[in-house]
Amino acid sequence: MTPLQAAAAIAVMAAVTFLTRVLPFLLFGRSGNPPRVVLYLGRYLPPAVIAMLIVYCFRQVNFQAAANWAPALIAGAAVAALHVWKRNHMLSIVGGTLLYMLLVQTVF
Amino acid sequence: MSRKTLTAAFPYTLPVLMGYASIGIVFGWMMAAIGYAPGWAAAMSVLIYAGSGQYLAVDLLANATPLADVVFLTLIINFRHLVYGLSMLEKFRGMGWRKLYMIFSLTDETYALLAGVQPPEGVDEKGFYFSIAVLDHLYWIGGSVVGAVAGSLITINTEGIDFAMTALFIVIAVEQWRSGRQHLPALLGSGVTLACLLWLGPDNGRFLIPALVLMVAFLLILRPSLEHREEAGEA
Repeated sequence: MTPLQAAAAIAVMAAVTFLTRVLPFLLFGRSGNPPRVVLYLGRYLPPAVIAMLIVYCFRQVNFQAAANWAPALIAGAAVAALHVWKRNHMLSIVGGTLLYMLLVQTVF
Repeated sequence: MSRKTLTAAFPYTLPVLMGYASIGIVFGWMMAAIGYAPGWAAAMSVLIYAGSGQYLAVDLLANATPLADVVFLTLIINFRHLVYGLSMLEKFRGMGWRKLYMIFSLTDETYALLAGVQPPEGVDEKGFYFSIAVLDHLYWIGGSVVGAVAGSLITINTEGIDFAMTALFIVIAVEQWRSGRQHLPALLGSGVTLACLLWLGPDNGRFLIPALVLMVAFLLILRPSLEHREEAGEA
């Protein structure tokens, strides 16, 4: 990516992110009464989207060789287990990432 | 924002300082790992200011993702902000010029603080909220810069550091799983996406588009049942 393309991508991300934040104020700032279906999707879509993004992160996983699945799935399970156990964001993220780095750099 | 409101707000923001310092450092380090100078990480944290969004941004920059896909992926990852805005309509009323910044800076953590805390007695309410928003943003920028500078100075093998994005999403999913009574949306999201991935393959994340459409469709179909269960759970 050239610096110009990267700057364009960043500008687009900034604009879209701001749009998602300002939209409720533009749409419902005056009336204050969003339709119930919007509230419903606002409540139930985010967990589905996060699950979708986790699948996205694992999209390159395949079972043709151990190196193609083992580091990601082992470290992913470790993050979930650590977080259920300690509930410490930093520990779960940094610990899981270090484990993954160790696995891809030295084991597989 | 005065010295008084800043001093009053600071103790409330300490948990965010801890969280943003660490997640911001990892973000900056990931940017350094894909070869971007610290100024890039700093600019992104000033202008975009979204934790999981910026983790995804590293992935998008590293893979030279086409702009249309950048728009789509940024939209879906930030969709949850719509909910935050909906519950802040009242709170931000009457904040004048500061309102625009409050909306811009409405991250998960700032939202959680604003939704949960009351200003101490005698402290201006609007100034207190504004101080929280500004402090949180500064922590995020600071963490990113520290990570980016460290990552560009310390030359260790960073292969695999991009896994931090996966780890962050798993952490968010665990939090959601534990706080919600309904697990169907998360199961639906993973099942539908997995099916679309097997159908279309992993290239460019194109499988996410039908996955999102199907998820919304299923959620709308399931609405009577999910809302019924919610009411039964609350009774």
